[in-house]
Amino acid sequence: MSAPLLEVRDLRVEFPTRHGTLVAVDRVSFSIEPGEVLGVVGESGAGKSLTGMAIIGLLEPPGRIAGGEIRLEGARIDHLPPEQMRRIRGRRIGAIFQDPLTSLNPLYRIGDQLVETILTHLDLDRPAARRRALALLDDVGIPAPEARFDHYPHQFSGGMRQRVVIALALAADPRLVIADEPTTALDVSIQAQIISLLKRLAREHGSAVMLITHDMGVIAETADRVAVMYAGRVAEVGPVREVIHAPRHPYTAGLMESIPRITAGVGKRQRRLAQIDGSMPRLNAIPRGCAFNPRCPRRFERCLAERPEPVPVDAHHVACWLYADRR
Amino acid sequence: MPTGAEQPLLRLRGVGRDFDVSRPWLNRALEGSSPLLLRAVDEVSFDVRRGETLGIVGESGCGKSTVARLIVGLYAPSRGAVEFDGLELTDRVHTAEVRKARQRMQMIFQDPYASLNPRWRVRRIVAEPIRALGLAASRDEERSRVHELLSQVGLSPEDSEKFPHEFSGGQRQRISIARALSGNPEFLVCDEPTSALDVSVQAQILNLMTDLQQRFGLTYLFISHNLAVVSHVADRVGVMYLGRLVEIADAAELFARPRHPYTRMLLDAVPDLDMTGRSRTPVAGEVPNPLAPPPGCAFHPRCPHADARCAAERPPLASAGRALVACHAVAEGRLAL
Repeated sequence: MSAPLLEVRDLRVEFPTRHGTLVAVDRVSFSIEPGEVLGVVGESGAGKSLTGMAIIGLLEPPGRIAGGEIRLEGARIDHLPPEQMRRIRGRRIGAIFQDPLTSLNPLYRIGDQLVETILTHLDLDRPAARRRALALLDDVGIPAPEARFDHYPHQFSGGMRQRVVIALALAADPRLVIADEPTTALDVSIQAQIISLLKRLAREHGSAVMLITHDMGVIAETADRVAVMYAGRVAEVGPVREVIHAPRHPYTAGLMESIPRITAGVGKRQRRLAQIDGSMPRLNAIPRGCAFNPRCPRRFERCLAERPEPVPVDAHHVACWLYADRR
Repeated sequence: MPTGAEQPLLRLRGVGRDFDVSRPWLNRALEGSSPLLLRAVDEVSFDVRRGETLGIVGESGCGKSTVARLIVGLYAPSRGAVEFDGLELTDRVHTAEVRKARQRMQMIFQDPYASLNPRWRVRRIVAEPIRALGLAASRDEERSRVHELLSQVGLSPEDSEKFPHEFSGGQRQRISIARALSGNPEFLVCDEPTSALDVSVQAQILNLMTDLQQRFGLTYLFISHNLAVVSHVADRVGVMYLGRLVEIADAAELFARPRHPYTRMLLDAVPDLDMTGRSRTPVAGEVPNPLAPPPGCAFHPRCPHADARCAAERPPLASAGRALVACHAVAEGRLAL
């Protein structure tokens, strides 16, 4: 078996505060194969965005990687000097964020921003970079790229801006794209356009995608595998169809049940939504043992005392004591 | 639209609202630009029947939140009338009668972080409508009412001494609901009440709202961009596009047999858990600029069934089967169900 494109092992992200150290990402491990789309799903505060930020070296201080390792094509990229990390970002790892305006400089024309990114990372002269930028804009579905080349970000709609950001992320044909809530700020009809664009481009450019989102529907349509995060830990990883239709971790099962679905023809609300009582613990109050135990309908003594490690269950890896004897 | 003799609790008749988004007067004088009117809501008519939940869905900028604000009186309509229990609320004069009617409705907002005063304790937040409306004879009565309300929304009476920052998003939305209920309203306007919440918490709040509706016989106007959420809570659903109502029908009917091409597009665009691995052709185009809406049917530039008539003539809301639909293609029978 060839080495994975990205391997994260036992990643730990901490925030030192006056009241002690908060562990926001705790012993998180997963890998991404070349060309694969890995969905990372979780509710706010689950640590999914911080995991992405740690990988591309953009953790906001005082947040820091306090343990574990991150390997890109076999070589460690955690704790690289900022200058080296900058060369990896854009060239080997592209990034797409929720708000396209955070990725675009409002004072520069979008064509110039693309050309600059291309010149930084690829060995091309200016005319060739311009041709590539135009081809990219065309590729991401910007109508009349020649005319739009000299426009500023504010002259684009939200959906069009996100297309420009995708063009920027793919400018140097990175092997991995980290997309953090790329469609959350967009309306559903635009969201569907961006999802299918992202899928097509990743396939054509041979890039793997780490898709971070809270929206299970987006994951269902896009990802090959999915990692479910809870309170800074990975609860379950598995093939997307399996995780959705046959979740193993009680948290995943509860999450799937609580998502409202459109069921055509069925009379209304008599179908009550299943709910997980309580809410995710704050970082300073993560319970002992399994972090999910206070909300878990299937907990037993061991869950209160010992933290479960992920164990293989069929095609999944599940961190839950219910599956401990299968090891 | 009304079935039988019963009067609807709320009725909107041809309601419209314009916003003046012109440059300042001096700029207009110097630069010669003309005044600009944004038609946020136009010719919206619907009824909300007693005890039901009417869902309003649409994408951002379609005017659904403006409709909510027009109903509760945060905006005055530019055209048309809002009637509550047979009384027209849109009179310029705020008679005692109108004020009384307004007390029977309350609003729940999207952002539970912005809609609660961070410097007030929960008891004061929840008690504000009680005091404003003079519903409690004494401090003791007020306190026990606040405790009762907090228990009803799944919080504990001890929470009344805390400040909003001590609560999670879902708990804050429970406080908002307790505050809305404290004035004993019959009608709640809910503007995206769960959009800022995580899914597991969203399920808790939706279930709570359903329970409270059954318990107190409440009527809801439920506004959301999320079709799946609306399909769960609504008895009837209205779909808005660019300031207008394009379709309204019973929820079961609308989701089983969407008629308007825009409704179909919306339903098709919702990411679906059962869609794993399948790909589909997304709809092209974006919502046009509301300052320069297309002539005729506002949806025609994106519509696969548009013809010359759609580009020229605005379709009225007309009945089609068990729904009301504003579409020439549906009216002419060009569109197979």
